[in-house]
Amino acid sequence: MTSLLTVKSLCVGFPGKRGVLPAVEDLDFHIAPGETLAIVGESGSGKSTAALSIPGLLSRSSRPVVSGSVRFEGQEMLNMPDRKLARMRGPDVGMIFQDPSTSLNPVFTIGRQICEPLRTHMGLDARAAEARAIELLELVKVSAPEQRLAQYPHNLSGGMRQRVMIAIALACSPRLLIADEPTTALDVTVQAQVLRLISGLQKSLGMAVLLITHDLGVVWETADRVIVMYAGRKVEEGPVRRILSQPSHPYTEGLLRAARKEGRDGFLTEIPGVVPPPHQRPPGCAFEPRCARAIAACRAAVPAIRSTGPGQVAACIRAEEGQPA
Amino acid sequence: MAFSIPPFLQFMFRRVLQIIPVVIAIAALNFLLLSLAPGDAADVISANNGGASAEEVQALRESLGLDRPMIVQFFSYMGGVLTLDLGQSYVRGMPVLDLVMSRVPATLLLMVTSLALAVLAGILLGILSSTRYGSLLDRVMSIISLLLYSTPHFWLALMMIVFFSVHLGLLPSGNIATIGGDFSFLGRVWDVFVHLILPAVTMAMFYIAVYMRLMRSSMLEVLDLDYITAARARGASEKKIAYSHAARNALLPVVTLAGVQIGHALGGSVLIETVFGWPGLGRLVYESLLERDTNTLMGILVVSSVLVIVVSLCIDLVCGLLDPRIVHK
Ligand SMILES: Nc1ncnc2c1ncn2[C@@H]1O[C@H](COP(=O)(O)OP(=O)(O)O)[C@@H](O)[C@H]1O
Ligand code: SF4
Ligand SMILES: [Mg+2]
Repeated sequence: MTSLLTVKSLCVGFPGKRGVLPAVEDLDFHIAPGETLAIVGESGSGKSTAALSIPGLLSRSSRPVVSGSVRFEGQEMLNMPDRKLARMRGPDVGMIFQDPSTSLNPVFTIGRQICEPLRTHMGLDARAAEARAIELLELVKVSAPEQRLAQYPHNLSGGMRQRVMIAIALACSPRLLIADEPTTALDVTVQAQVLRLISGLQKSLGMAVLLITHDLGVVWETADRVIVMYAGRKVEEGPVRRILSQPSHPYTEGLLRAARKEGRDGFLTEIPGVVPPPHQRPPGCAFEPRCARAIAACRAAVPAIRSTGPGQVAACIRAEEGQPA
Repeated sequence: MAFSIPPFLQFMFRRVLQIIPVVIAIAALNFLLLSLAPGDAADVISANNGGASAEEVQALRESLGLDRPMIVQFFSYMGGVLTLDLGQSYVRGMPVLDLVMSRVPATLLLMVTSLALAVLAGILLGILSSTRYGSLLDRVMSIISLLLYSTPHFWLALMMIVFFSVHLGLLPSGNIATIGGDFSFLGRVWDVFVHLILPAVTMAMFYIAVYMRLMRSSMLEVLDLDYITAARARGASEKKIAYSHAARNALLPVVTLAGVQIGHALGGSVLIETVFGWPGLGRLVYESLLERDTNTLMGILVVSSVLVIVVSLCIDLVCGLLDPRIVHK
């Protein structure tokens, strides 16, 4: 299978008082052209860190230590010089973020921000860029697109801002769109609309999507394959149908049970406790303190990734091939 | 409503209306402060004229209206302020308003030049420092700015004079123009410019340090925000990110501080103008203090507070232009 993006042994650490704290450890995955890969996991499991390290967007002030390999169409993106990387951001990899209220520059008009990638990457002049910006706003179903160009982010609702962010990310028709919890900060009613917009555009434009979310309902509706992350590591990966019907990892199971329970407190009853922060991770399986099936051997070593079904892998010593945990 | 005023005009109008009570309050406060000082104009005038008997002083007091109850004097002074009458300078025998206004242009020239220089240089150096955060350049600039920040104005002023005027003989050490100089119009402009360099640069040094530090930390804060990452994500170059996306946002606190510091700078100009013999308001303060010219001092306070308010109004408007959110508040 040809791969658009291949991530191998990706490790990301942030220097802290106690040395470099690992936020992402030994992560492997790939995305095929046109495919939707979802990454799920509780907050703090390293999803955003993994996503941001692909186009080299990790916060510079936190001086991240990155190793491994991120190849886009065979080209290594880690340690690529800034200028070269900047040319890939937009036309190759587009990105949308969790909070549309902070992702738009408050002092620039919407028009200026949509036109920016059109002018930098596609060499359009002001007038052509503006015409294209209006088309893009229509594409993401923003009402009265001509008037929006002169407006500022604070004039728009949260849902509208996220649509604008999507328009900006799509401006140069990227082959991969990274969406980091694109609906988490939105009203429930708007969430579904924005998700439908993203998957609709994905199909019509044929781009691949890396969708980060903690909502399994979203995964079910939009993704082809899914990666479950816990405490900086991949704990399970496989086709969506398979993962959601026959999970092999106790953590995935817990996530599923929690999702089936209505309301917010599902999590507390199904998986008590929280994701341990990087400096408090136990040796061996990081999920051990919260795992109902844990045995002494779980503390001995980090469980290796192994096959548990067709296209399915998991990192749990008690998960057997073809047999749900 | 069929007719609506554009938000920016509304914003300006609100700001202008807010000025009036502030000016009145400041004038009132000045009056009260100076009336607390012992002695009055009658004492000063008689002392300047070689002394007078108690009766003569009393007669003088009556003729100046200083025997009236404090509250009456207060209202008559405030009435004067509102009609642009700041009284007479008994020491110099001329209306205070004329005296003060004759000194305003020199002070404005000095202040605007040095603050503009400071804001411009401070902003550029701050951006440069923030984009090279932690580098050798950043650290050297930090040390220099700390040195500038902690050097006393008067010492710096004297050293500038010693070095550039006395030692190198490059620049004049004082005054605003060559006395008795006979120049064409352009020649006069050049002459004033040459005289302006030392006091303006001396005054700017301190503020360059202040604005550079502020711009640097403001930039570092902004560079870590989501919309900067988002701008990077759409392929904006690092140069564009620093000088356009981040700087525009980081500028606000700097411009606001510059507005607040106009008053501070006016205070600082007393020293600079005295050292460099610059014939502005600052030196008039110094002279009036020595001459105990209370009316002139009050006049300077009123006029300079109006100046400060007008400048901070302009700063507000600049902030409104920089950040569209302010206008809508
Ligand atoms: N810039 C940073 N500096 C230091 N630690 C960070 C930074 N970003 C993330 N982390 C740490 O990395 C871990 C994973 O965070 P994140 O990737 O945001 O998880 P998620 O997106 O799954 O919620 C967390 O423990 C977080 O504290
Ligand atoms: S390895 Fe052990 S502790 Fe970890 S998930 Fe599997 S059973 Fe639970
Ligand atoms: Mg996240």
